[in-house]
Amino acid sequence: MATAVKQKSDVILQYLRPHKKMPSVWCAGCGNGIIMSAIIRAVDKLGYSKDEVVMVSGIGCSSRMPIYLDFNALHTTHGRALGFATGVKFARPDLKVIVITGDGDALAIGGNHFIHACRRNIDITTILINNAIYGMTGGQGSPATPSGAFSTTTPYGNVEKHFEPCELARAAGATYVGRTTVYHATQMEKMIAGGLAHSGFAFIEAISNCQTYFGRLNRKGDAVAMIKSFKENAVMLGKAKKMSEEELEGKIVIGTLYRTEKTEFCDEYQRVIDSLQGGK
Amino acid sequence: MKADPKNVLTGSHYLDGNYACAEGAIAAGCKFFGGYPITPSTEIAERVSQRFPLLGGVFIQMEDELASMASILGSSWGGVKSMSCTSGPGFSLMMENFGLGIMLETPCVLVNVQRGGPSTGLPTLPGQADMMQARWGSHGDYEVIALAPDSPQESFELVIHAFNLSEKYRMPVLVMTDECVGHMTEKVVIPPAEEIELLERKYTDKKPGEALPFEPTSDGVSPMIPIGKGHKFHITGLTHDYRGYPVINAETQEKNVRRLIDKVNMHADEIIWLEEKDVEDAEVVIMAYGISSRVIQPAVAKARKEGIKIGQIKMVTVWPFPEKRVRELAGKVKSLIMVEMNYGQVFLEMDRCAAGKCRTYLVGHAGGTVHNAVDVYNTIKEAVK
Ligand SMILES: Cc1ncc(C[n+]2csc(CCOP(=O)(O)OP(=O)(O)O)c2C)c(N)n1
Ligand code: SF4
Repeated sequence: MATAVKQKSDVILQYLRPHKKMPSVWCAGCGNGIIMSAIIRAVDKLGYSKDEVVMVSGIGCSSRMPIYLDFNALHTTHGRALGFATGVKFARPDLKVIVITGDGDALAIGGNHFIHACRRNIDITTILINNAIYGMTGGQGSPATPSGAFSTTTPYGNVEKHFEPCELARAAGATYVGRTTVYHATQMEKMIAGGLAHSGFAFIEAISNCQTYFGRLNRKGDAVAMIKSFKENAVMLGKAKKMSEEELEGKIVIGTLYRTEKTEFCDEYQRVIDSLQGGK
Repeated sequence: MKADPKNVLTGSHYLDGNYACAEGAIAAGCKFFGGYPITPSTEIAERVSQRFPLLGGVFIQMEDELASMASILGSSWGGVKSMSCTSGPGFSLMMENFGLGIMLETPCVLVNVQRGGPSTGLPTLPGQADMMQARWGSHGDYEVIALAPDSPQESFELVIHAFNLSEKYRMPVLVMTDECVGHMTEKVVIPPAEEIELLERKYTDKKPGEALPFEPTSDGVSPMIPIGKGHKFHITGLTHDYRGYPVINAETQEKNVRRLIDKVNMHADEIIWLEEKDVEDAEVVIMAYGISSRVIQPAVAKARKEGIKIGQIKMVTVWPFPEKRVRELAGKVKSLIMVEMNYGQVFLEMDRCAAGKCRTYLVGHAGGTVHNAVDVYNTIKEAVK
């Protein structure tokens, strides 16, 4: 057992930037770290070199991830990572592009970029870390904050409805859509690997805990309590299909929700270029 | 390096300024364009969408100008020369990521075909009122390089020059044209490829692990770090150290921002491009840029015919401002005049540098049309008194 644990952490250490000192900027227990290690294990499993991975992020606690990972890293502006990543992908279609975004980053300020990246089916794996709140700025409401939930800007309970990011992604044209939680770290690793291997826009909603703000303001307890609640409320897709709407109330349906093959944007563009240049 | 003959439409053409911008970009080896349609700049995007794929380049119509600007920064870091164009409201939307481009020291070119503002303003009519926005539009302290072509011919040439400057100083460079220049159709002579000099991107020659994305150098410009070549760099819009890691304190801020400012100021003499005429013995010097530098010609010719000692300076570059030259002239002439399609933007800089040593005049209006020659002439008469 002890050796098995050691081997796992060896893999992790191999992917951390050698000169970036820990601790990270994240609060102890924040789900971001679990997601980061799932990404590492997925990349490691796929056998990509660190150099062929590009991680692009917006702004937020979640978006600080590229600082710690020994990939090519572009930490950009709030909500705009996908625009930036689109340019990178076209310049270097051979590289694996991962976008890290928060629920505010992807669904509020970056909502438009998000749906259009889905629509284009560009080969980018986007991991939305959904903690249902703005972490970095201190706990304000986000488009993923559930109705009735408390945040520093919804002191009487959220009167708005929230987005379902996976449904949004699928409707907008993403060709690989999955949801998982930080409790389900192994599933997360597989889902990320599946997204990376998929040619087209892969979207993964990683439900995560911000105990510092969402937990505290909504009496959800500490990190452990929040992660346990993900375990308790999660329902695998297969099982969920057999459940009624009432039974699914308050549950988190996890699994690869949708998957299809469609032509990828860069490939399609390249075909046009090739045909114009005499069908090379 | 010479331009690739495949990319150069050598010969005499009848082109408008917008098409000429697109051809300039192609000749410069630009292979990525992310843009969003907006009058009066759209023809650049249209021409690019038709021409780029023929030459192996990519045009993407992004969902808005925020994404357009983001995409060209991304492709530049991917190693591909990139450009976007916009006007009016689109320029406002680009400002956030223009600042990121400045902060990340990213070579790319942005063309603003200026229309009348504020807000939606005059979509189909000219203005030159984005000049201060070009200078200060994104938050924070930084320097910019902005060029102002006066014709389709110059649009072609200055877009190429802008690409070269952007590579040389590792920063986004602005080409500030206007609706008149963008939509006027004139003869454009495109030279043979071997007469077009292009600056190749300077990449680090250091090994991975040793190369720093923001390394201090004697000329203030750090070589770029290639992607996917083992460097695994980290870059961020946060205040960062030479390695590209965020460091949130006053000391790092000072170094970071100073580098952005110094690299332009150190090379200002090299960057600044003025075309002077009859300035040596002038009593009055009239300054203008872009279309306005052509519009003043009848008034200046009439004044000279009448014996008025008037000289002129056409500012091919507006930013960095030719501070030294204006200070020199202010000590010699009676007056300096600025002609621009706004209510005094670049004029403010001229006036500041004149520092009360001569009189200063603005011939300005709110845009929508070029200047009336009579207004220019009357101001010259007043200025020479
Ligand atoms: C244009 C702009 N507006 C506002 C901000 C301030 N801001 C920084 S992070 C953030 C929200 C972060 O929330 P989320 O995206 O959910 O990520 P988290 O911190 O929860 O991981 C905001 C509003 C900003 N950086 N840029
Ligand atoms: S504030 Fe919340 S999201 Fe940010 S690091 Fe702390 S726990 Fe994580």
